[in-house]
Amino acid sequence: MSTANMDRRAFLIRSAAIGGGLMVGFRLPFDAGEAQAADAVPEVNAWVVIQPDDTVVVRIARSEMGQGTLTGLAQLVAEELECDWSKVTTEFPTPGQNVARNRVWRDFATGGSRGIRNSQDYVRQGGAAARIMLVQAAANEWKVPASECSVSNGVITHKPSGRTTRYGKVAAAAAKLEPPKDVPLKDPKDWKIAGKPVKRLDTADKVTGKLVYAIDLKLPGMLNAAIRDCPVFGGRVKGFDAAKAEKMPGVKKVVRVGDSAIAVAADTWWHAKTALDAIPVEWDGGDNAKVSSASIAEVLKAGLDANETFVHNQKGDAGAAIAKSAKKVEAVYAYPYQNHATMEPMNATALYTPERCEVWCPTQNGEAALAATAEASGLPVAKCEVYKTILGGGFGRRGFTDYVRQAVAIARQMPGTPVKLIWSREEDMLHGKYHPVMQARLTAGLDPKGNLTGMHIRLSGQSILASARPEALDKGKDPIVFQGYWPSGEHSLEYTIPNLLIDHAMRNPHVPPGFWRGVNVNQNAIFLECFMDELAEAAGQDALEFRRRLMADHPQALAVLNAAADKGGWGKPAPAGVHRGLAHFKAFGSYVAACAEISVTGGNKVKVHRIVAASDMGHAVNPAQIERQIAGSFVYGLSALFMQECTVKDGRMEQTNFDTYDSMRIAQMPRVESIVMPSGGFWGGVGEPTICVAAPAVLNAFYRATGRRIRSFPLKNHGIVMV
Amino acid sequence: MARLTINGKTLELDVEPDTPLLWAIREQAGLTGTKYGCGIAQCGACTVHIDGEAVRSCAVPVSAAVGKKITTIEGLAAGGVLDKVQKAWVEHDVPQCGYCQTGMIMAVTALLRRKPKPTDADIDAAITNICRCGTYQQVREAIHAAAKA
Repeated sequence: MSTANMDRRAFLIRSAAIGGGLMVGFRLPFDAGEAQAADAVPEVNAWVVIQPDDTVVVRIARSEMGQGTLTGLAQLVAEELECDWSKVTTEFPTPGQNVARNRVWRDFATGGSRGIRNSQDYVRQGGAAARIMLVQAAANEWKVPASECSVSNGVITHKPSGRTTRYGKVAAAAAKLEPPKDVPLKDPKDWKIAGKPVKRLDTADKVTGKLVYAIDLKLPGMLNAAIRDCPVFGGRVKGFDAAKAEKMPGVKKVVRVGDSAIAVAADTWWHAKTALDAIPVEWDGGDNAKVSSASIAEVLKAGLDANETFVHNQKGDAGAAIAKSAKKVEAVYAYPYQNHATMEPMNATALYTPERCEVWCPTQNGEAALAATAEASGLPVAKCEVYKTILGGGFGRRGFTDYVRQAVAIARQMPGTPVKLIWSREEDMLHGKYHPVMQARLTAGLDPKGNLTGMHIRLSGQSILASARPEALDKGKDPIVFQGYWPSGEHSLEYTIPNLLIDHAMRNPHVPPGFWRGVNVNQNAIFLECFMDELAEAAGQDALEFRRRLMADHPQALAVLNAAADKGGWGKPAPAGVHRGLAHFKAFGSYVAACAEISVTGGNKVKVHRIVAASDMGHAVNPAQIERQIAGSFVYGLSALFMQECTVKDGRMEQTNFDTYDSMRIAQMPRVESIVMPSGGFWGGVGEPTICVAAPAVLNAFYRATGRRIRSFPLKNHGIVMV
Repeated sequence: MARLTINGKTLELDVEPDTPLLWAIREQAGLTGTKYGCGIAQCGACTVHIDGEAVRSCAVPVSAAVGKKITTIEGLAAGGVLDKVQKAWVEHDVPQCGYCQTGMIMAVTALLRRKPKPTDADIDAAITNICRCGTYQQVREAIHAAAKA
């Protein structure tokens, strides 16, 4: 572990939170003098810098997009560091520094609900190692054994003499020490900062408008760019006439961006967009322009009967068991394309010269953004840098780098001039990395006593990995498609079914798919958990009892389901007109369950009154933030269920803004009662898991209310609305 | 050129009269706390006050705001002291990503001026801003807390 002073100028964005206040300053290459003044303090190690006034700067490698990872990671470091929480601030190291320092901060990627669970061990070790070094530095100064010293709240005490000193006083000496080899970690039972519902560190500037998101960045001499990419995915620009636009107010340059897009750079973004809208463009959509939602659905439907599939979970002989069962149940489901619709549209600012390329962007994957910058600029990685901001929503969309590449491609045509590219909402809707389409046929057999004897789940639809990360496919198979259905692991199926077959007919339309908050657990939980209710009814059993009988070997999942059912009042009378529905699943290493209470008027107006949501994520680093992520999951999940679909016509998406792609408002928000029940012994995710139980819990309640079993989505296509 | 009064200051801005107020605020006045979300008055991220009323500034041309009193999120904290709504937002740890929250806060402050003790139904009718992170439960709590403050 290097303790060398790092180039603090590279920490472009510092967020400092003292006593709940947040200060964000942009360290620009242009104000190096100011930045170097702060360079006087050497880091204790890669994770911890302590200033003479005892301010503790914790380095956060992962991205913050609202999910609270920044605060949670700071809590874990501070816990082991034994510092004063009220003096903790944070900053983002840059991807370029990570590369230059042999990836001392390891992975920057922030997705799959992995921000905390996949880095908790080494960030805690970073805090603990810093504490050991700080105590040793004090002991050295006092010429006493470190074992005679203790530390609390950043104050080191030599117990025999009663002498004390503070972290800020010994930090410089600690920075010169060899890092310890043996770094034991606390038992989570002894946590004082981690595990507590402390306030977020990044709130203050979010309520005053001071927080600078990437879309708000201003650089000296900066131009603003608007872009239009061929609306047909995979199409190209055939021709365009920029003559009028070039003469419009503020316009500096009209450029091509690759084969498929044109952009206008102007003094302001409004000028750029207005000029772009005035440019007639002739597109060549190729064969993709013939594709529609209906033609895609036909391809997927054929996959339901395909002979060649990828098998991911198999036990016994499902086909034979179903064939000889007393009762056979079958259902076919379909799930649509959906856009992430982050509130902050895609954007990136690039400054290119033949010697160097720098990018400021809201990315979920700093290192991927750096690689994209190098590739798009034609410069080696060592001559590139990426500066991350806090993101205005991510949900998986910002793990992709398309908008970064575009910004660099534009800036490369204007060397020395910083260019901020902002996508219009329309561009954002037309060029998503969409939640993939999937159909499913579920078939199962029951014996005369109502026992489930066999089940076959056939998935037919799109693979994200085949498009986004083909190198991650397993001999052509995409395991991510089977989230929640795995034989074991973080997405394991939490039922014991004697004969089972789960397979996938991969069908990849031309629409680019992407990771999407929860992504495949969202539809997989709908398919399975709605079907479980169908089976329970066919077996003449209570939906909870039917599940329990299949969960004897799944105690953690059962505990969470029971907790949601008990608090939700399952089995007890509901208020007049109110109906309940249950669902549970395992996703991203966590066990989640929901009990929904709804009423339906006029057969189609659904009011979701209350949802009890239980979650066991192993360790709860910040229960208050977990509750907020759980509550927010129902907004994301129920917006998707009721309102959201991107439909394809002539090879392109039809929805271009929130008027045709709606999202829940406060009036539609149910009361969410969270049960955070960490059982210890494992680290599960938080940001995504709960979304997948939102839809099936409500759908199962809707069936009880109306007798209608809806199997294709969103519900607006059936005239069903959320009130 | 347009003369606009924003947060108590009169500014001469080099902007065409048909430019949406949102972009004049962000690009000419340099106040970036007011956010772009949709451009068609659907999401509310761009909410500001014009003469005390909550308005979606992406759908208001600059010409319609001339001679009126415009308040943005930056003008809400008088003399650096947070408005009671902002305080409640901090106290209840409302924001997640935070991008929609400045618009949300502007919509809420206008509501409380009109209805100092709003019911849940009042909130449902008046607050129609989109939050994709899903902070609505905390937003509602914080509105009631601010109303009591």
